[in-house]
Amino acid sequence: MATQHSRSVARLMMAPAVVLLLGWMLVPLTMTLYFSFKKYLPLRGGDLGWVGLDNYIRFVSSSSFWPAVQATLVIVGGVLVITVVLGILLAMLLDQPMWGQGVVRILVIAPFFVMPTVSALVWKNMFMDPVNGLLAHLWRFFGAEPISWLSEASMTSIIMIVSWQWLPFATLILLTAIQSLDSEQLEAAEMDGAPVLKRFYHIVLPHLSRAITIVILIQTIFLLSIFAEIFVTTGGAFGTRTLTYLIFQRVLESQNVGLGSAGGVYAIILANIVAIFLMRIVGKNLDA
Amino acid sequence: MARAVTTRRKSLNTALAWAVGLLIFFPILWTILTSFKTEAQAIASPPLFLNFNWTLENYAIVQERSDYMRFLWNSVIIAGGSTILGVIIAVPAAWAMAFVPSKRTKDILLWMLSTKMLPAVGVLYPIYLLFIRLGLLDTRGGLVVVLMLINLPIIVWMLYTYFREIPGEILEAARMDGATLKEEILYVLTPMAIPGIASTVLLNFILAWNEAFWTLNLTAVDAAPLTAFIASYSSPEGLFFAKLSAASTMAIAPILILGWFSQKQLVRGLTFGAVK
Amino acid sequence: MYLKHALRAATALTFVATAAAHAQTITIATVNNGDMIRMQGYTDKFTEATGIDVEWVTLEENVLRQRVTTDITTKGGQFDIMTIGMYETPIWGANGWLVPLEGMSAEYDVDDILPAMRNGLSNDGTLYAAPFYGESSMVMYRTDLMEQAGLEMPDAPTWQFIREAAAAMTDRDNDINGICLRGKAGWGEGGAFITVTGNSFGARWFDEDWKPQFDQPEWNQALTFFVDMMAESGPAGYATNGFNENLSLFQQGKCGMWIDATVAASFVTNPDDSTVADKVGFALAPNAEGVDKRSNWLWAWALAIPAGTQQEDAAKQFIEWATSKDYIELVAENEGWANVPPGARTSLYENPEYQKVPFAKMTLDSILSADPNNPTVKPVPYVGIQFAAIPEFAGIATQVSQEFSAVYAGQQSVEEALEKAQAFTAEEMEAAGY
Repeated sequence: MATQHSRSVARLMMAPAVVLLLGWMLVPLTMTLYFSFKKYLPLRGGDLGWVGLDNYIRFVSSSSFWPAVQATLVIVGGVLVITVVLGILLAMLLDQPMWGQGVVRILVIAPFFVMPTVSALVWKNMFMDPVNGLLAHLWRFFGAEPISWLSEASMTSIIMIVSWQWLPFATLILLTAIQSLDSEQLEAAEMDGAPVLKRFYHIVLPHLSRAITIVILIQTIFLLSIFAEIFVTTGGAFGTRTLTYLIFQRVLESQNVGLGSAGGVYAIILANIVAIFLMRIVGKNLDA
Repeated sequence: MARAVTTRRKSLNTALAWAVGLLIFFPILWTILTSFKTEAQAIASPPLFLNFNWTLENYAIVQERSDYMRFLWNSVIIAGGSTILGVIIAVPAAWAMAFVPSKRTKDILLWMLSTKMLPAVGVLYPIYLLFIRLGLLDTRGGLVVVLMLINLPIIVWMLYTYFREIPGEILEAARMDGATLKEEILYVLTPMAIPGIASTVLLNFILAWNEAFWTLNLTAVDAAPLTAFIASYSSPEGLFFAKLSAASTMAIAPILILGWFSQKQLVRGLTFGAVK
Repeated sequence: MYLKHALRAATALTFVATAAAHAQTITIATVNNGDMIRMQGYTDKFTEATGIDVEWVTLEENVLRQRVTTDITTKGGQFDIMTIGMYETPIWGANGWLVPLEGMSAEYDVDDILPAMRNGLSNDGTLYAAPFYGESSMVMYRTDLMEQAGLEMPDAPTWQFIREAAAAMTDRDNDINGICLRGKAGWGEGGAFITVTGNSFGARWFDEDWKPQFDQPEWNQALTFFVDMMAESGPAGYATNGFNENLSLFQQGKCGMWIDATVAASFVTNPDDSTVADKVGFALAPNAEGVDKRSNWLWAWALAIPAGTQQEDAAKQFIEWATSKDYIELVAENEGWANVPPGARTSLYENPEYQKVPFAKMTLDSILSADPNNPTVKPVPYVGIQFAAIPEFAGIATQVSQEFSAVYAGQQSVEEALEKAQAFTAEEMEAAGY
């Protein structure tokens, strides 16, 4: 039973982490808010005075805003679907008895160790290049016309690259969950003659729900802010301009810090909408 | 294994799993292979797999152009420092959340995670200005703090989930025996939590190692880690696949080797302890 | 208190120690182009001569631009020398962010710098950055394929001729594209190319009142011509090809013609990297028939000193060394005349040894024919050929070129792209207060 005393001690112990994070959140947030109400153009002499809500209105009314929100959601959604589905399949495969399981597991987690910049560079130049890329060679080998991945299938390409990076993470969490599945329960169902799909749907999937929640929660946090993969590959062209990238363009390419900051505030709002949405699901599943 | 498995089925599983594993690993393998080719061989058509003249030329060029060890050392200090500092701050917080939970514990946890959603580019100017004022630009210390703050939510959360797996009765018993809070944490809790802490450290080390926005934008010379090293090998002129591959291999090799040897802890770490 | 004192003492000690070990260290941010990498190799010579140590921060172009811009606008003071281009220099100079390069030694001979480069790197007559190398753009073509096609390249071709020749040289079965051009999004990539193409069709970015001109027929003509020609004779997927992609295509013998930076000439004629090294000819960049502007640009990578650096003198010394006649000779001695940094000094082009280099004359002619003060047929309020030297340009042109790249990839029509470009540019210019 937690006593009054232990409660205050607990509060004391949490204090450093909470205060630091609060500072880390508040200081940039306050500064962002401050800049967002200013006309702040570094290349034109910096602070040019207060402009009220101008930046906010301009940012949303720009023709790039909604496509950027959409691109963000498509990338996050696409990667989540791919990594969860493939992750489950891969986890089930790795759960089977086999020779050299340890080595296979290392091969599968390896992409997680690669810096995003490096993986984007490697994919772009050595795989997706329409002339010298390996995929182009593969296509030609089968007599097909090579695809210019980053222009014709820009979204697919980016989702592919990001999924490759995050599949290991999803697989491992799901694998650990599957390994804890009561095998007797499965065997019983097998004896009863339940078909594979039904067994999967009624026994495996419910058991994985908590793990899937974790995967979705953590990945969403990281995916909302992916940047290097787009910067290196398409530079935001061909419909791959996400909200994060749009803010980058405003702040660094156009050197409009005020406008970019307003964009930052919108991004925080979007992130929080997603977060609240997630909390609803997670809150339920995390208690289990 | 309770289930009886025929050799045939096991062979089939093995073949399939290896095929998938190699497919996923292939881009890395290809990068490593390319790093041993000449630039001309790197774009040869049809592509060369093993039948080329292996050369260390690219590694020599990369080493001559940039002092790998200095970047590596900075990466180690920054990733290591931020992780250790983060764990020191996170352990008490996670302990409190796990053993003296209140109604708001979960809200605090989720709030912490939500601070990770701030888009970094949006706050580049504010942070840069702040760093100038504090004299932290291009210092390892500055980056250690920033990366620690970025990863702190994850560290707290992971430790929290590990601590929750530790039965509370043991702590109760220790308390009955008259252990102080300090003793309780040091002698009872920590030994039990070491595997969890190890996984946490590993995972966050990797995340910090791979962080490429702040490490690039807040450094110049003294604190520049491997992410900055890589940024000079995507050449706008001429052939560069082989040199880029060599630089990439050098940048990911240490972490790949670390991961290789600490696989078990890492696997545990990657699950965030949240899955039993 | 004690801690503070101790810290101060420790700092003082380290300072003394470092001061004793090295006289001085300057930090230079630079781009990872071949000529810059080569310069790094010779840094020891500079340190030997002056006792000044040099630390290099070598970054890829986009990262470099982002990095130095952040630092200069916030006065971060991370670098003693920055490598910047013709676009940044006049803007930063006007803001008082750069140290004027005045009082250089007589030996340095500032008047020897090509006038076009000097003008482009000055603001109000004050030089703010010294060109390390300069470039224009020109046609590089395969002499063997041209002959096969039964054509002869004039010294000053028109777009119509280029298009015909491209079609004649194209041989899809053998993987030969008549022409390779930049389509990649980005103001310094495809954006630069389509802007100069526009110039040579009589188009312009803005009229005298800073009104965007994408709704004018000249832009439509230029863009339509470009897209049609590339569909006939260009490589597949050219919408993502930039300088480097085209360079490797040309070196592999997959292009009949390539119109791009004059510095590329030394790469395509270098037998180590290029399979077509002995079959390359050069010509001036084309214009549309009857238009009195050619499609060649002007650019320089230059070294500048950010105002407020503690090491102004050392930095100046370095710039004098790196952009001097002696440096050019040092490179020529060790690596041959074809590898010296081109396009910066008049004396280089008067040197009989350098005149033997096959692309020397055409490079100089291209540079001399580029006029940043009068880039277009109709008058414009801006300076710059493939860009307009205003702070807003980079951001606007990058987005506009993204719309154009979407046309190249077949995702929208020329009209749609021009309409979006017009609307977006107007919106941004209004926001900037023009």
